Amino acid sequence: MGAFFDAIIDIISSDSTYINGALFAAFLIFAASGEWVAERAGTLNISVEGMLLAGAFASAVGYDVTESMPVALLAGIVGSLVVAAVQAEMSHRLSADQFVVGLTLNILVFGLAGFLDNELEPTTKHAGRWVIPVLSDIPLVGDALFAQRWPFYLLFAVIPLTWWVVYRTRWGLEVRSVGENPQSADVSGIDVNRRRRQSIYYAGFTSGIGGWFLIFGVIGLFEDSVVGGRGFIAIAAVIFGGWTLRGTIAGCAVFAGALSFRLSVQGLGYEVNSELLQSLPFVVTLVGMALFAHRVRAPAALARPFVRGLK
Amino acid sequence: MTATAPTTPTPTPAAARAPRQGGRAGEWFLLYGLSTLGALVLSALLVEATGGDWRPVVNALLDGSLRKPGRWGETLGTAAPLLIVAVGTIISGKAGLINIGQEGQLFVGAAFATYFGFLIGGPGPLNVVLILIFGAIGGGLWAGVAALLKFWRNVPEVLSTLLLVTVGGQLVAYGLSQPWLLLAPLADRGNRNQVSTQLAEDNRLPRPEIFGNEVPLAAVIAVALAIIVSLVLARTVWGFRLRMLGRNPRAAQRSGVGQTRYGAAALMLSGAFAGLAGAAMLAGGGFSFGNYQLVPGFATNIGWTGLLVALVAREKALVAIPVAFIFAGLRTGSSFVGATGVEGRITDVIQGFLVLALLIPPAVMFLRDRRRARAAATERV
Repeated sequence: MGAFFDAIIDIISSDSTYINGALFAAFLIFAASGEWVAERAGTLNISVEGMLLAGAFASAVGYDVTESMPVALLAGIVGSLVVAAVQAEMSHRLSADQFVVGLTLNILVFGLAGFLDNELEPTTKHAGRWVIPVLSDIPLVGDALFAQRWPFYLLFAVIPLTWWVVYRTRWGLEVRSVGENPQSADVSGIDVNRRRRQSIYYAGFTSGIGGWFLIFGVIGLFEDSVVGGRGFIAIAAVIFGGWTLRGTIAGCAVFAGALSFRLSVQGLGYEVNSELLQSLPFVVTLVGMALFAHRVRAPAALARPFVRGLK
Repeated sequence: MTATAPTTPTPTPAAARAPRQGGRAGEWFLLYGLSTLGALVLSALLVEATGGDWRPVVNALLDGSLRKPGRWGETLGTAAPLLIVAVGTIISGKAGLINIGQEGQLFVGAAFATYFGFLIGGPGPLNVVLILIFGAIGGGLWAGVAALLKFWRNVPEVLSTLLLVTVGGQLVAYGLSQPWLLLAPLADRGNRNQVSTQLAEDNRLPRPEIFGNEVPLAAVIAVALAIIVSLVLARTVWGFRLRMLGRNPRAAQRSGVGQTRYGAAALMLSGAFAGLAGAAMLAGGGFSFGNYQLVPGFATNIGWTGLLVALVAREKALVAIPVAFIFAGLRTGSSFVGATGVEGRITDVIQGFLVLALLIPPAVMFLRDRRRARAAATERV
């Protein structure tokens, strides 16, 4: 047992655990912040997985064509917004079932990305590293937070932006009201389904950044397995966080911890069965939700379609 | 501006009348035709845009799924697990639950079937039945985890079933690396890693040969199950309660249909069907599915595709029969597409487009019906 605790201490005191953790957390936060907005408006948007993959692939292609990372970012956002558009228009204009649409989109994007990846084979590379002086000298977390590749720092723009948009603008208030009580929102003159569509577009926007970040800030090349179910962990983080932005970010940090722990165990040379280890983040996510999901209150109209006159 | 005058346009006489049955059938037909065509045209454009030619692709698909010798038997063999998965999905769907973890339930079911099949090792035909039953139990238990999380801890089943796919996959892969669980003894597996022992000849579901095609018994079982489930859901009290739960959980609760009891049963039953599909693939799948052995990645997207079949069939078990066959054809045909110089994964894309397009007609019809009802209502006032 002593060796076990030594191993744990070894892992939590290694820099790479924190660096990987910060990378995973950033990726999850990009996805989860937009997903959180969509859920506050009443859509349990499972196509976030597809949005991330579309964003990653489109940005890889964008970089392959133009060799410019900002253009790749734009391409990623556009790619992700296309998925968002299908989800939004089909589930909140045509009122098709949101889960069915989302699931189908995930499968379609996976097929499309795999197919087009084989046809186009985009080449990409890592973005440059920005080391912020002084701050990056903080022990343990300094390197993780302040010596990353530059796409990482967009995180410090996306989180405040999301907070401001949802809590400090009229649009954000309307989005929240649409997720809580669409009938009341409707009679007070808010176009419920329009707000819901817009919130899905917002999720597409941040997921596009997330997909781009994944390629240029983390992995450096595109494969169809880059997202690999982590979009679903982002959704779980929103639920884990009780539909608050703070909680969502905390959830992302916890689940990212599990993802990074898994890498560190292998990286530091400990012998653990790799199959069991790979399922660890997902088990942690499930346990986390089992512990917290019944304590929090979901937006009252979450996953309920709105059709005027039907309750 | 006066406060009166609702902005609804005056309804045309045709719209105000109760829609005729024949006219509606025509509309459905037209809408479905148009969206299917749209999906196919989109796929063809994609092939052309990437420098391919769509005509040979269609030919290859038909060759691979029907025309070449032995291929339609192959397609039937693929359609069988798809249909079983889809039928299970329809059960939970009727109860208003969204089970999207069939891929994992199928794999866990197949693992249960393998483990207990060898543990018990009864005489031939009896053991086949046991293998199928244990497959169903395995899948049902795996879905039961999601049911437990939902009704005890309030975790949405959409997410838990999904996350359990990965966990289940890794657990079975772990089992396949341990000789005391699923891994075959060294003598039986040569230098191939991570496979289970092959099922003995008399432990397999028969595949009798008809007109040069191996027709798997699993397909017959699948069709029978689809018919039975369709009858049970439409004609029995239990089926009625399930449908009531799906339509209005609150009303169901008040009239004695407990959400926990019936919901959990529906979820576990749908998992059991997925597990059964896994066991059927193991015992009767032949070369298409692991050759009577459990291997990592055994499920090969059958769970996901079966789910799509259920979505397209719109919760009608009988409609799922032809849909499963078509999707199976896309799958068996895809292995022939590679020879045309177009990437075989185009069939995944075609499938995705098709499913998405087929979601449109019911949604459009729903909105039109509502608009007509409202127009009729304003006219009465």
